[in-house]
Amino acid sequence: MARIQIITIITSLLFLLYISRLIIKGKLREEYAIVWCVCTLILVIFSFWRSGLEVMSKLFGVYEAPNLVFTACIFTILVYLLHLSVVASKLHKQNKQMAQDIALLKEKVYGEDKRIEK
Amino acid sequence: MLKQLLIIIPCYNEQASLPALLTDVGGLQIAGYAITPLVVNDCSTDNTYAVAKQHGAKVLDLPINLGIGGAVQSGLLYAAQYHFDLAVQMDGDGQHPPKELIKLLACNEATGANLVIGSRFIENEGFQSSFTRRLGIGYFYWLTRALTGAHIFDSTSGFRLFDKKAIELAAVYYPDEYPEPESLIYFSKVGLQIRETPVIMAGRTGGQSSIRNFASLYYCIKVTIAMFFSAIRKTQ
Repeated sequence: MARIQIITIITSLLFLLYISRLIIKGKLREEYAIVWCVCTLILVIFSFWRSGLEVMSKLFGVYEAPNLVFTACIFTILVYLLHLSVVASKLHKQNKQMAQDIALLKEKVYGEDKRIEK
Repeated sequence: MLKQLLIIIPCYNEQASLPALLTDVGGLQIAGYAITPLVVNDCSTDNTYAVAKQHGAKVLDLPINLGIGGAVQSGLLYAAQYHFDLAVQMDGDGQHPPKELIKLLACNEATGANLVIGSRFIENEGFQSSFTRRLGIGYFYWLTRALTGAHIFDSTSGFRLFDKKAIELAAVYYPDEYPEPESLIYFSKVGLQIRETPVIMAGRTGGQSSIRNFASLYYCIKVTIAMFFSAIRKTQ
């Protein structure tokens, strides 16, 4: 096994371990963890299967194998970023509704307090 | 029977101009209407909340800053919850003189429009704002006409009267940031009657506009995108 293989395998496994730790500690929700687990798994597979990259490049008709890696990575990152923007938009909306509900309730409680005082 | 009218005053750091406005609103007597002022404090960092309470207004105190759209919508939610017949948005900086409200109400009575906009540009009286701002407003007039076919001269005016139907619709959906032009597209799509009536606005008496130099380009782009997507969005 080549040195680079050992390095990538160890790095990938450490990454996977770290993701598991985040999930266990409740710092990362499972639905967001899926994509990270899958990515790490792919890294591990290609670490073991050295000629895999060449095979995949041929399959897609890409001349230089590294180009396939870059294209795939950038595309995946873009899609994931879009997903995160969608999540942020959803949170923004929920946050707004919550703030409005709190404000309405505060006003109601204030009115009740005044009535009780009287 | 008296018609219940809610005056929604969205405020962000308006402690300087709020007392005068609330005194004016308090002194307002319009035959046939029972007026309730409601200050929406959009998480101000000054004493807006205390000042509003001192003047006996009802206050919605938002725990986080939502921006003008979110603040106005909070007021409209209040109006919907307590079954107000009409609600009017009146900016906290004193740009919308309370006595001009009568003109909006008159227009509502005469035409039965669901949304009445107080416009600076029909008779071009009073405060007219800067050249670049007017350029932007001209652009929005054109864009609103292209997307809805309606002729609305002052689509960025925040001085607006909502009737019961408009209140209910806006309680469900109202844009957050720079909501004025975008909400017009939404309202006209769901078939509300929109009318404009000339009013005279004042220059602001204190505080700062929410739209300044560098933000204005962002404003134009953001609102254009929002209006376009509102126009092609399906409504229930």
